[in-house]
Amino acid sequence: MTLLKVENLSVKFQTNDGIVEAVKNLSFDLEKGDSLAIVGESGSGKSQTALSIMGLLADNGCSEGKVFFDKKNILNLPTDKLNKYRAEKIAMIFQDPMTSLNPYIRISDQMSETLIHHRGIKKSEAISQAKELMDAVKIPEIEKRIHMYPHEFSGGMRQRVMIAMALLCNPEILIADEPTTALDVTVQAQVLNLLTEIQKEFNLSLIFISHDLSVVKQISDRVLVLREGLLVENNEIKKLYESPAHPYTKMLLASIPRIDQTEKEVTKKIQKKTDPILSVKNLSVEFEINQRGALPWAKKEKLKAVDNISFDLYPGETLGIVGESGCGKSSLARGIVRMIPAKKGKVIWLGENLLNKSNAEMKKLRCNFQMIFQDPLASLNPRMTIGDIVAEPLKTHHPKMNKKERTKKVSEILDKVDILQNLINRYPHELSGGQCQRIGIARALIINPKLIICDEPVSALDVSIQAQVVKLLIELQEEFNLSLIFISHDLSVVKQISNKVMVIREGKLIEYSEVNKLYKSPSHPYTKMLLSSIPRVD
Amino acid sequence: MKNNILKNLKTIKNDEIKGRSLWVDARIRYSKNKMATMCLFALIFICFFSIFGGFFSNYSIDEIDWNILGMTLEKGYPSIQSGHYFGTDEMGRDLYARVVQGSRISLAVGFIGAFISTFIGTLYGAISGYYGGRLDSLMMRIVDVLISIPFMFVLILFLVVFGRSILMIFIGIALFSWLGMARVARGQTMSLKNKEFIEAARATGVSEFNIITRHIIPNLLGIVIVYGSLMIPGFIMAESFISFLGLGVQEPNTSWGALISEGAGTMTYGTIWQLAFPLSFFIVTMFCFYFIGDGLRDAFDPKDN
Repeated sequence: MTLLKVENLSVKFQTNDGIVEAVKNLSFDLEKGDSLAIVGESGSGKSQTALSIMGLLADNGCSEGKVFFDKKNILNLPTDKLNKYRAEKIAMIFQDPMTSLNPYIRISDQMSETLIHHRGIKKSEAISQAKELMDAVKIPEIEKRIHMYPHEFSGGMRQRVMIAMALLCNPEILIADEPTTALDVTVQAQVLNLLTEIQKEFNLSLIFISHDLSVVKQISDRVLVLREGLLVENNEIKKLYESPAHPYTKMLLASIPRIDQTEKEVTKKIQKKTDPILSVKNLSVEFEINQRGALPWAKKEKLKAVDNISFDLYPGETLGIVGESGCGKSSLARGIVRMIPAKKGKVIWLGENLLNKSNAEMKKLRCNFQMIFQDPLASLNPRMTIGDIVAEPLKTHHPKMNKKERTKKVSEILDKVDILQNLINRYPHELSGGQCQRIGIARALIINPKLIICDEPVSALDVSIQAQVVKLLIELQEEFNLSLIFISHDLSVVKQISNKVMVIREGKLIEYSEVNKLYKSPSHPYTKMLLSSIPRVD
Repeated sequence: MKNNILKNLKTIKNDEIKGRSLWVDARIRYSKNKMATMCLFALIFICFFSIFGGFFSNYSIDEIDWNILGMTLEKGYPSIQSGHYFGTDEMGRDLYARVVQGSRISLAVGFIGAFISTFIGTLYGAISGYYGGRLDSLMMRIVDVLISIPFMFVLILFLVVFGRSILMIFIGIALFSWLGMARVARGQTMSLKNKEFIEAARATGVSEFNIITRHIIPNLLGIVIVYGSLMIPGFIMAESFISFLGLGVQEPNTSWGALISEGAGTMTYGTIWQLAFPLSFFIVTMFCFYFIGDGLRDAFDPKDN
């Protein structure tokens, strides 16, 4: 039985730059109890499809076409009529559960409110129903937890609460918009398992929206691949992975970093005989958090972000640092280059301890190590042109260089990162995410550093662009004989680029070894668990 | 074919010259706001009127028309024939010339006040917010102390002690006006300084002075301009209030506040134009500034970017 039938759905947005078509002529069917995935890169219109079905488009958007739920067209119904479908027939969960939960209201009240509103039952009854659902999504200690506020839950728990809330009114369709993107890989695996179980148990039809083809594989029966609003492929899951029909799907599949590929040959010759370029000895970083109020005599609590970590890095080598969110991997990198003060230990850079340097000496040394950041757009000053952004390190470290030389250097480096020269007077917001990240790389490279610290450089990028940027980094590394510290939560990306990998958990070093060894035979149970949680394509 | 290539080359070259900065974006958004654009033109007209209006007047501001003196109601009404376009005041002086001159003073108070407060406030707030810690506490406590002094009371005291003069008003406004701006700029800086592009600049080794001037202040300007434009009416209002009280500008100079005060005093004799002209200029200007401020806020709204 076809539960939801979408016919020629188009979504248009009125913007300052004219009309933008986010979804073009999309048609698909959803059977009862089926699981459908909508996959696409950013800007493919996958979320807008879901939002237009729910009637939740932004004010400047309008949708055309037909969406039949149980043979009734529900597209563009007035809000009061649509509210009968929302929650009771079609429920939705979002990427960030924190923004969809009201931070000032207890979970018990948020959940019972929906039930009281839609079902007209008593509060005590509503709460007992809510508890049943929380049990279904496997939240432990329900009696205690149900009266907590949203911020007292961890990310994964919050997403479970969201799923429970979505199920409150027994919907027939559940739309999940990137429900696991913000979660750590181990938590993601748990939430995905839960969603599959819940779907079977409640006989739900699931629409799962994701950018990640490997996640989709675990959960869906059918996949729609969207690209710039157009349906590229509508295929069964097995067929899609075995014999993708469209070249774009093939490209997407090929760009996914494979963790289970055969051992990668180490092509790079690392000059082990030379001294390490950087050697970190027993580094600790601590943060002080005010525990009891803001009074000056309040007791301060210390948080050990990095706890006693040591390693050596040789010229031309790449060290991958892996860990889940909050494990201290970024603090470690920032501690090394003194962006945040280190508590203890030594950072020896070519024989000199960086932690003993004065601020002025440190500033001069900074041309040796540069950083690349996670959010490509946020790491570029929105009021500066691309040319100025890339030239800034030159202005800082070679103030005597004249304008002509500077422009020449900038255009050389832009060539290296495959950015067209005519973008030089553009502003960051006019470029795509991948282009912005290339600018970030160009800015890091322009003063010929010896070490580049990449803090999650590809996690904000689409998978196809991610592959390009990683490839670019590897090429540039060979050309300039760079040492890289590559921080990521994504074990498969780290595998592509690193020679050695370090696993960190709660500030402590868990495992540190050669890349092939670590992926083939991890010694620590935590590493094993991390590796087994990664969704696989093959 | 060749033409096509040339055309392509041309567009590429144009591309190279043009980059659409956030300023251009803001201007496009602003110009779409019809009310704000209209108000901007109205304000520009009033500014031109205050600067060049004097060329069209037949009398100077302190020239007494002896034919009219004492018979203001009968002869001093606005007329083109007599040359008194806005009529005369109670002493037979040309109201048109006086409104032109009053506008000049009032607008100058507004713009200079906004300029000083923006300049000092932004710099002070950016430094305080960027360095944080103890310096921030010290600088902000100074602001707290100054802001808790009743501004109008001190200004009136100044005028009484040092004598009435427009310079005193400028100094008084300059002394207090930057405080609010400093707080706004500090708050914005605190949220800016954790952005990745600031961290990128620090990682590159850019000096703190350059980070503040090159990265922080340009990103503050949007908010600062909006806040500044909404402060201008406040300054004009403050000056008018003081002049209305009879302090402030000295005869024969005048300002909107002083003119309104005189006009309100003679209203009961039927010479309504003496109140109507300065008051309508005052109201239209206030109205314009608020709408421009609103338009600017919408134009610079980061959520839209």
